[in-house]
Amino acid sequence: MNVWERLLELDRRWVFVGMALAVVIPIVTGYALPQGKPAPPTVAVYDYIEAIEPGEVVMVAFDYSPSSMPELHPQAMAVVRHLMQRKIRVISVSLNAQGTALGREVMATIGDEVGARDGVDYAHLGFKPGGSQVILGMGESIERVYPTTADGRPIATLPVMEGVETYDDIALLVDFAAGNLPFAWIAYAGERYDQQLVAGITAVMATDLYPYLQSDQLVGLINGLKGAAEYERLMDLDPAVAPGMLGMSAQSIAPLLIIVLVIAGNVAYFAAGRHRRRGS
Amino acid sequence: MRLQIPLVITFLAGFFMAVQFFVPHEVGVTVYTELLNWGRIVAAFALVLGIQSLLRTHIEKIRRQRRDWPYSAVAIVSFVGMVVVGIGFGHERGTGFDWVFRHIQVPLDATMFSLLAFFIASAAFRTFRARSTEATLLLVAAIIVMLGRVPGSLLVMFGESGVGMWLHAVMPDVSEWIMNFPTVAAKRGIIFGVALGAIATALRIILGIERSHLGGGGGGGP
Repeated sequence: MNVWERLLELDRRWVFVGMALAVVIPIVTGYALPQGKPAPPTVAVYDYIEAIEPGEVVMVAFDYSPSSMPELHPQAMAVVRHLMQRKIRVISVSLNAQGTALGREVMATIGDEVGARDGVDYAHLGFKPGGSQVILGMGESIERVYPTTADGRPIATLPVMEGVETYDDIALLVDFAAGNLPFAWIAYAGERYDQQLVAGITAVMATDLYPYLQSDQLVGLINGLKGAAEYERLMDLDPAVAPGMLGMSAQSIAPLLIIVLVIAGNVAYFAAGRHRRRGS
Repeated sequence: MRLQIPLVITFLAGFFMAVQFFVPHEVGVTVYTELLNWGRIVAAFALVLGIQSLLRTHIEKIRRQRRDWPYSAVAIVSFVGMVVVGIGFGHERGTGFDWVFRHIQVPLDATMFSLLAFFIASAAFRTFRARSTEATLLLVAAIIVMLGRVPGSLLVMFGESGVGMWLHAVMPDVSEWIMNFPTVAAKRGIIFGVALGAIATALRIILGIERSHLGGGGGGGP
């Protein structure tokens, strides 16, 4: 067995060890590679929110579970911080049962940080089952779908909900999701009720959402942890306290390792002559 | 009658929803809003069915002591525990439910998903081969998109030389171009195909040609 054959037969546990080191070492040492310029879809989200007047209302949907938290939580924290700092009223909902607890945490944490008041500047309406039915229902009446907040307060009594009845009263809807829900928001809230939409998604979903970006069915797109880091840079946040930029240290070396592994695997494959054996 | 009544309801509901989209009459809007309420109630009952199915599967596994049945016991104990803590003591911030969610469920869920990184790395090494022209194109595009997402990697590879700096500046644009044009072109074709298929399936269901949703298996009529 020559060196190429040995490489091809490499025990995959060595790959696991390499990946663990590629993720852990940058996090522990705080090593991070310089990032490129922010992607245009991220800049589009930032610019759109900058153009929203203080006092207007933005709805944020937390449609993800803890499995996608490392990518989507930093995005959500950055966008909600941006909205609350600009004194834009924020209403949050969740079509994912686990997303409601994550949304509540983001809203309360950022609310405390920027001095926004629950019920006055923001409200967390929580989870409703039904997916597309919930989205369509809010196009007719938000109060009919969500008579109370997640903690049981009637929304009609809250100052944050003043003048907010349907999507017509919402300047922008931001959906943070790791599944198919952005497509439901686009089809039902966007197409049926002309709601302006932004999606914050995991990196693997990007190819699915780009067509909607190009057709202007999405105002902008925040793509994975990199998108979160870009948004934080646009907001000029301190890198030491920005979860997106901190997390990018873990993503600095790991993709490089995967590229090296792919190239090494192909070189070994051809050098060992396996392609000929396969052909014959 | 067991077949005809559901077929009539399906036809009427499907026909009404299609028509009301184009005719925003007051009566239509009222009925439409009511149907949406019904839809949400049905969805809530689907959750109950899901819970019943989960419990039945795991209880059966424990009863017959099938392979790995202790994990089923853990699943049931965890489920009952969360229900008792949630209903008994509330689920707001700072409650026991919230603590269990944040300190047990979140790390467990995130850990399970993070294992994906290891398997992706291993799969990339063992199976991502330039065996054909199409596979080579896919491989090169994937590497460019990955480098475009972490352009700093190029500085590690080429140093902060002229080439390294140039690639660092250019690679995100090349990656964005791949995402914006070849990828979107292919993706849009797939979306059109899926949409046409969905419309055809919807029409088959509304017209009663496709009946597999009524149970009994099979794809229905011609």
